[in-house]
Amino acid sequence: MTEQAIETDVVIVGAGPCGLFAVFELGLLDLKCHVIDILDKPGGQCAELYPEKPIYDIPALPIVTGQELTDRLLEQAAPFNPAYHYNQMVTGLNRKDDGTFEMETDGGLKFHCKVVVIAAGGGSFQPKKPPIPGIEDFEGTSVFYSVKRMEDFRNKDILIVGGGDSALDWVINLQPLAKSMTLLHRRDEFRAAPDSVNKMRELVASGKMNLHIGQVTGLKGDNGVLSAATVKGKEGEFNVACNSLLPFFGLTMKLGPVADWGLNLEENLIPVDTEKFSTSERGIFAIGDINHYPGKLKLILSGFHEAALMAQEAFRIINPGERLLFQYTTSSSNLQKKLGVA
Amino acid sequence: MAKITFIEHNGNEHTVEGDNGMSVMEVAVKNMVPGIDADCGGACACATCHVYLQGDWAEKLGERSEMEEDMLDFAFDVKDSSRLSCQIRVSDDIDGLVVKVPEKQF
Repeated sequence: MTEQAIETDVVIVGAGPCGLFAVFELGLLDLKCHVIDILDKPGGQCAELYPEKPIYDIPALPIVTGQELTDRLLEQAAPFNPAYHYNQMVTGLNRKDDGTFEMETDGGLKFHCKVVVIAAGGGSFQPKKPPIPGIEDFEGTSVFYSVKRMEDFRNKDILIVGGGDSALDWVINLQPLAKSMTLLHRRDEFRAAPDSVNKMRELVASGKMNLHIGQVTGLKGDNGVLSAATVKGKEGEFNVACNSLLPFFGLTMKLGPVADWGLNLEENLIPVDTEKFSTSERGIFAIGDINHYPGKLKLILSGFHEAALMAQEAFRIINPGERLLFQYTTSSSNLQKKLGVA
Repeated sequence: MAKITFIEHNGNEHTVEGDNGMSVMEVAVKNMVPGIDADCGGACACATCHVYLQGDWAEKLGERSEMEEDMLDFAFDVKDSSRLSCQIRVSDDIDGLVVKVPEKQF
């Protein structure tokens, strides 16, 4: 079955600050954007790593949190009606004979576009995989870093590791299905929402699940089928019988599939020119933390500048031969109409 | 100003100087000490600058903050001597600090 591809001018990979501002700059030039992000929300690192922490170096905003900055950028881009696609990782990018691009995501979405803007920051956020010896032998069969289908965990002996919201949410959601449920955390304090922690403690008190304090040091089992995890606690080592292990240690950034798109790369960064911020492939741009050029500073404000210049060249590629008139939002009634303020 | 020694997992030692006010993570990154990833750039938001304090430095430096303790949940093989190096400030008092870098920041 082939899904119908979504037709658009531009696909932006990454809904962080630079990707969001690119929507605005491209929108001023009448270019329509779809934005894809692997996270379940916009904002990229600002929203995932430091939503509540202040940023002090955004021009004209002496202090702004990562979440506030994200919210303001979304508001600024809103007049251009971009489409956002979350929880999607772009897996494939191919150029067609006519120079346009086909893209697809791990969630089965397909896009057909004329310009691609890679604003992927430090790469894709992916679950951290704890360096337990031999864990890769069990990945995908007994060890999982996310829950795709709850039903897959019915009647399993489940061990969940971690103390944050992901760990506690899945303890509570999977416990009714599981044959047995054990939560393991390195300390008897949890950073998850207090309500979830209370629910978990009630389940422990009523004997419906186990809670252990300690850290996994090894795994036991054969042919990818887990039988137990070795745990080191305050009172020494012990085994926890389980056939499903779900470790939740947060997210880390990996370059991911971008590495396979045939672009020149230097130390996991994409070299670009400083006039158009184009990659080695015409029509594919890279802006923000993921690009590199002489003098590059990984600052949000640099990414904003890059977005503006990139948009000029994107316009020329999409509208060959058309003259691009440079205009200011303060004085151009044309731009003000697009922004919905005229 | 303080001299800080970073011991890699393979035993390689790097003794470098840090200025007062910097974080120990920044000192490591500035001197290209391997094994300190510092993905988030020092916001105490990623746990990829995890180190183990050596000798009696755990007592000398005192307790970890609640924020650091929370973030250490995302580190691997956390011990009593574990710290996030972005949360240790350089001062004359930490001259001679010795920390071990884990095999992987994962």
